[in-house]
Amino acid sequence: MKKLLSHLIICSILLCKTALAQDAESLVQSVRARLEKIDHYEADALLKTEIPYLKVPDAQVKVFYKRPDQIRIVNEKGISLVPRGSVNISLYSLLSSPHQALDAGKGECREIPVRIVKLLPTDEKGELVLATLFIEPKTLEVLRALITTRDNGTHTLEFYYGKNQVNDLPEKILFSFNTENFKLPKGVTFDYDDGKEKAKGPVSRRGKLEITFLKYRF
Amino acid sequence: MWPLLQIELLKIFRKPRTYISFGAIAAMVLIIQIALKFDGQSYIEFIVGDLKESLEIPYDHILNGYFVCFVILNLLLIHIPLLIALVAGDSVAGEANLGTLRLLVSKPVSRQKLLLAKFGATTVYTALLLLWMAVLALGLSLAVFGANDILIMRADGLEIVRSSDVLWRYLAAFAYAALALTTVAALAFLLSVFADNSIGPIVATISIVIVFTILSEMQIPLYDRTVKPFLFTSHMLAWKGFFYSRVNPDGTAVAGSIENLRAIGKSSLVLILYITGFLSAAMYIFNRKDILS
Repeated sequence: MKKLLSHLIICSILLCKTALAQDAESLVQSVRARLEKIDHYEADALLKTEIPYLKVPDAQVKVFYKRPDQIRIVNEKGISLVPRGSVNISLYSLLSSPHQALDAGKGECREIPVRIVKLLPTDEKGELVLATLFIEPKTLEVLRALITTRDNGTHTLEFYYGKNQVNDLPEKILFSFNTENFKLPKGVTFDYDDGKEKAKGPVSRRGKLEITFLKYRF
Repeated sequence: MWPLLQIELLKIFRKPRTYISFGAIAAMVLIIQIALKFDGQSYIEFIVGDLKESLEIPYDHILNGYFVCFVILNLLLIHIPLLIALVAGDSVAGEANLGTLRLLVSKPVSRQKLLLAKFGATTVYTALLLLWMAVLALGLSLAVFGANDILIMRADGLEIVRSSDVLWRYLAAFAYAALALTTVAALAFLLSVFADNSIGPIVATISIVIVFTILSEMQIPLYDRTVKPFLFTSHMLAWKGFFYSRVNPDGTAVAGSIENLRAIGKSSLVLILYITGFLSAAMYIFNRKDILS
């Protein structure tokens, strides 16, 4: 009797997990279906760069996207330094890659109730190691994505949706990533030493890009 | 005073060696421009180092006239003062060597006015040389490479200044460079007063500039507070300060701003003090000197 009871408990736990996994996967697929509506777009955007070793004013850029994973940020008239490869701000290719979705429960993102779903890639040779999505269940909007890759560590994408959003696309994306230190020999640069004390202490190794979309074109 | 200045200018520009400086600058600038035209990407890759592995580098946008001009000015840091010393060191010592100095001071013109006219002519030469370099380094670079945002290299990072915000910085930088080079001219002028042969003052000026520049660039804590702030070569680099922008609290650059204008002002005052000091010393010594040649 005790054995039967323990077997029953184990089976029900497994069933629940399977149900939750299916639930998580169906949520992911719903989000994917929502993103599938967008085949391509071109957008005018304002790019704000916050990288510790870069001093850059805000730039007017163009963002080009073509499903499933082609995305480019281009400053046609000037210079903008954008992280290579890891700025995949389109989630469609992430959600379309072979994965297993795990329900990580509920939570809050920017005081908005969300479902947290973890994506484990099933392709062992792929670049992706783990992705955690914070999904607003009513609107199927992804508010935050924490993406860990083999080469570039963990980067965070925060999506902001405005009241006047176009075609379910975000109004603003905040992309946060790891950076390395940058140094040039002073004998190469011949810097002007203005006598100011340099800030001591550890230098931040996180960079941020803030892309504010001004106008989408389809 | 004006006729004296005209005569001194005629003396300078009548000598063929004066034009060596203009030719040398043209050659150096053209060599750098040709090198960057054909292999500028390699130079940019050297600057950005490992960043190219993690950032998309728009080489074609970076390699523009403003960037090329900045590279030229950076590379010619030592060379231009040497060309200034070539003429300034010859201004009094050259006349002594030719035997015309005694004749010159016997004219009914005070030694002070004479020296001021000579220094004025040297300053005009310096300004013209700098103007020549500005036309070639900036004007020709813009014509060949076009205009775009400028990437500024610093030891601890990179700065980007928008193209609409660059030209006024260059004008200010060249104006400051004129002050910096006039300091070198004043030093060579002072040394010229001591000598009867122009080689001595020229070599002495070059040596002083090289040694002081090395001391200014060395990262030795002992010298950072005790020696560097007093070297004129440390302040000659302040033209670069016009390209360093202030930042917002979030780390983004503020367009149209200068990071430390006060420091540039302080450096320019130091250079003015040096010029005044060198010139005053030259006048004092020349007034009391027995002209025997």
